Amino acid sequence: MQILNSKIPEGPLAEKWARHKAAIRVVSPANKRKLEIIVVGTGLGGASAAASLAELGYNVKSFCYQDSPRRAHSIAAQGGINAAKNYQNDNDSVFRLFYDTIKGGDYRAREANVYRLAEVSPNIIDQCVAQGVPFAREYGGLLDNRSFGGVLVSRTFYARGQTGQQLLLGAYQALNRQISKGNVKMYPRHEMLDVVVKDGKARGIIARDLTTGEIKRYGAHAVVIATGGYGNVFFLSTLAMGSNGSAAWQCYKKGAMFANPAFVQIHPTCIPVHGSQQSKLTLMSESLRNDGRVWVPKKLEDAQKLREGKIGPNDIPDEDRDFYLERRYPSYGNLVPRDVASRAAKERCDAGYGVNPEGKAVYLDFKYSIERLGKKVIEARYGNLFQMYEKITDVDPYKEPMMIYPAIHYSMGGIWVDYNLMTTIPGLYAIGEANFSDHGANRLGASALMQGLADGYFILPYTIGDYLAGEIMTPKTDVNSPEFEEAEKNVKDRIHQLFNVKGTKTVDHFHKQLGHIMWDYVGMSRNEEGLKKAIEEIKKLKKEFWSDVKIPGELNNLNPELEKAGRLADFFDIGDLMARDALERNESCGGHFREESVTEDGEALRNDEKFANVAVWEFKGENKEPQLHVETLKFENVQLTQRSYK
Amino acid sequence: MADKILKKLYIKVWRQNNAQDKGRFETYEIENVSTGSSFLEMMDLLNNNLIEKGIDPIAFDHDCREGICGICSMFINGRPHGPDTAVTTCQLHMRKFNDGDTITVEPWRAAAFPVIKDLIVNRSAFDTILQAGGFISVNTGGVPDGNAIPISRDDAEEAMDAAACIGCGACVAACKNSSAMLFVAAKVSHLAKLPQGRIEAKARARNMVAKMDELGFGGCTNTGACEAECPKSISISHIARLNREYLVAKFAE
Amino acid sequence: MSKFLTASIGRKFLMSVTGLFLMLFIVVHLTVNLLLIFDDSGDLFNVAANFMATNPAVKIMEPILGLGFMIHIIWSFIISWENYKARPVKYNKQDLSNASSWSSRNMLILGALVLVFLIIHIYDFYWKIKITGSDLLPNVVINGEEMHNTYLLVSTHFKESLVFSLLYVLGGVLLGLHVVHGFWSSFQTLGINNKIWMSRLQWVARVYAILVAVGFSVIPLYFVIKF
Repeated sequence: MQILNSKIPEGPLAEKWARHKAAIRVVSPANKRKLEIIVVGTGLGGASAAASLAELGYNVKSFCYQDSPRRAHSIAAQGGINAAKNYQNDNDSVFRLFYDTIKGGDYRAREANVYRLAEVSPNIIDQCVAQGVPFAREYGGLLDNRSFGGVLVSRTFYARGQTGQQLLLGAYQALNRQISKGNVKMYPRHEMLDVVVKDGKARGIIARDLTTGEIKRYGAHAVVIATGGYGNVFFLSTLAMGSNGSAAWQCYKKGAMFANPAFVQIHPTCIPVHGSQQSKLTLMSESLRNDGRVWVPKKLEDAQKLREGKIGPNDIPDEDRDFYLERRYPSYGNLVPRDVASRAAKERCDAGYGVNPEGKAVYLDFKYSIERLGKKVIEARYGNLFQMYEKITDVDPYKEPMMIYPAIHYSMGGIWVDYNLMTTIPGLYAIGEANFSDHGANRLGASALMQGLADGYFILPYTIGDYLAGEIMTPKTDVNSPEFEEAEKNVKDRIHQLFNVKGTKTVDHFHKQLGHIMWDYVGMSRNEEGLKKAIEEIKKLKKEFWSDVKIPGELNNLNPELEKAGRLADFFDIGDLMARDALERNESCGGHFREESVTEDGEALRNDEKFANVAVWEFKGENKEPQLHVETLKFENVQLTQRSYK
Repeated sequence: MADKILKKLYIKVWRQNNAQDKGRFETYEIENVSTGSSFLEMMDLLNNNLIEKGIDPIAFDHDCREGICGICSMFINGRPHGPDTAVTTCQLHMRKFNDGDTITVEPWRAAAFPVIKDLIVNRSAFDTILQAGGFISVNTGGVPDGNAIPISRDDAEEAMDAAACIGCGACVAACKNSSAMLFVAAKVSHLAKLPQGRIEAKARARNMVAKMDELGFGGCTNTGACEAECPKSISISHIARLNREYLVAKFAE
Repeated sequence: MSKFLTASIGRKFLMSVTGLFLMLFIVVHLTVNLLLIFDDSGDLFNVAANFMATNPAVKIMEPILGLGFMIHIIWSFIISWENYKARPVKYNKQDLSNASSWSSRNMLILGALVLVFLIIHIYDFYWKIKITGSDLLPNVVINGEEMHNTYLLVSTHFKESLVFSLLYVLGGVLLGLHVVHGFWSSFQTLGINNKIWMSRLQWVARVYAILVAVGFSVIPLYFVIKF
């Protein structure tokens, strides 16, 4: 058997999904009642999957580390969700959404998966409306759209600046309905610490009850990982404090291969870092770039004065402002994709034009749109974002431009999955941000919500049936089997080992250091030397962590430091693999920028001959070199061109 | 505007090792806090100091740190989410405090929100209430087109006002009766304002209120403290709608 | 309607309905009382008082009013007890001053004080007029009809004792504070409110409360100052 079988169906692109659905197996209602599925994570992917699977009749166990499924970090998505509805009559279509997504991802995603995503996207909007998601509406009562980065049509549906929240609450409501019916058993404040594989198939998980510290076993016929991304490896990111890569990482260590770990997205519009006490970065929605203009001073001396606080941004006349995105990319202007906007900001700041005391910020100015549209319109569109900005920075963005800077935001890489969203471990699925499948090397704005819900509502419920149809004779998983014994023992051993280091430094101390290494060498701009250095430094830091970390509190009680330590322990390994992957991929594509591979005018330069593929990593054992496999990407429906937003 | 340094603060904080523990206040000193830090970043710093001194750090709920997940829940100087309006604890910044202040930090207090540890309380009662009817009974698939039923912009906006609830529990914490009426009203009102949710509106109001009563929340006496302390400024006019839906439902029984 | 009267909103419904009824009664009561200061001969007030005492419709309403009072009072204690239980561990420091009005938080206390006043008030007048009689209650004949000279009883009380008068001023103010929250709150509880009407109802509540407080205070003050 071929190691990586993507199972992409034959036939024309537009018919692949329909043909596949017709070909795969279906489980009868009577048999669904006998089957159990574990879903880990309750974000858009996890909650929608758990609810939809339970509606179908499966017995679902749902896990989240937060106190309620509603807290999952999908809640923080602001701007919107894309769908190829063409309600605006602006010549949008499934193909155009597909094309934009493939191009936006810099041709590093699978055509078939992306097309399917675009194909089901309209259903998502219908579903959410039926659930009571209060999308923004026109005066005539129909749904409103806004435009987003990297595209030329308006296809983004939104609910003020809280679209992620509203979509998640919709999925959470559906989940609650199934919980009340007894079809889903919910385990909040439970963290998955290992996946249990028996006879080569995923059969359950080991989880820690975060309130009591108890380690427990849970069995099922299939396990779905919907645990989001691993961006917190950078310490400072737009992710929630608890977001982590550990569930995915345990799957990797049990044999699920990991794809494109180097592909992380740096979001251009975040509130800049200030001081050393900062714990996280706050995102300002990409939608702001619809009406805000990005600029830095044209003159170096103005930038200098701004940094010293001698003048304010409003003291600089229009002719002395460099609207560098509009200058460099006239056709897309301020709405270039995220990776492009982020690099452009870094380029200006590195050249000395940064505007905050640290020299790492650019302006996002609403003066012009307020003049054009009036304050009321801007307030209606972005009121809550402006309020958030003011609360954090104490600056009123109606009067003074926002300061923004790029920050780590999203992981395009993730667990490798086939067309069925199944990992290389049979019975183990990965959906949403946790998998690698749809965004290539860069994700377009408002597409994460689309993918999470597409996977959970409309793809996994079909494809999982194909696997489970072969499991209808399998009895309920016995959690007393040796495989569970061993997995539980390993988990306990590791926790004890961590707890018993009894060193001198806090978990955050190590996490911050790891963050610095990652940001400096595996961040927005990467090179061979730096990446090699990163691998060495991570190794050293990891060793130090395992011999000097100090975890207070008790094992059998709520212990946030212990939770953090376990997650950080995995972040070292994730960081290592990211650096290896970035080193291996000697081209610039999407969010991955190698200084060795640029065009003459400094834009990212892909190498399609060598790297039009998915880099898939296989775990070979603790402290052993992982093995790289390659899934070649076939492009039959789009022409690979150098991405240009000029 | 420019950040300053608060040289010394005294944090008087509730310590309780577990649900059975009686609990007590402890006062800790903390030095050199930037006014640009969020309250939770100050707590991080304090915890860091405590760990270094060998003291168990203060357990508190926090996650997104951008005011939307609703998990953070501290009662600071007598007010849920502290001395600022329309913010969560993670959005509260230290510029709201002065050098030398003693800041009292307590968990949410309500019979329905038992303390788990220190400042962490169990808010699963909120989930339980929503499970009693805070949804629209549609399955995935087979739904009409998103534009099939036009919804007036005003209705959609008002539904959104209510749907903005983050389920943090500040309303319960602020209310002198520990009432969850604003939380329940937000969901009932959000769904009742939309044609899709209208169909089950009455049963929803009836079932959710019954569950709320069962779980030991107090009743509403219209003091309005919930609205004033709600980080999303959800209006008590939604409570009026809940009352209306509930009464009509009950009188029709 | 199962368990309606024990459900949180059901209990509040009773408070609201009885409250509105009592506020209506207050309007009638105040209207009659104000006649005290518009005719110093007392005839006008005596005729009105006699009408209220003898009219069959009013007589029917009397026990209903009593029942309204009973329910409003008893349920207020039940509700307060239930609400008290909802927070077994109190806050060490709680600051509601920014979040809600003083009177809205202290309806039970205000109500209890009004109740104390009410008992005194009933003893002073209702009890004497209906049960024990008083030296200050000779019969008078107005327009050929014989009736109590209630005016004499009331006016003498106010004229003779400053403390007594001030007690009644206090009663009026307490009642005003009680209804300034109670008025709009009743509508809110019945669901007769929305974003637009919220401020309108609260405005009407203020006007009503001021009328009640000023109206009831003016009467004793009139007698104290004029006589």
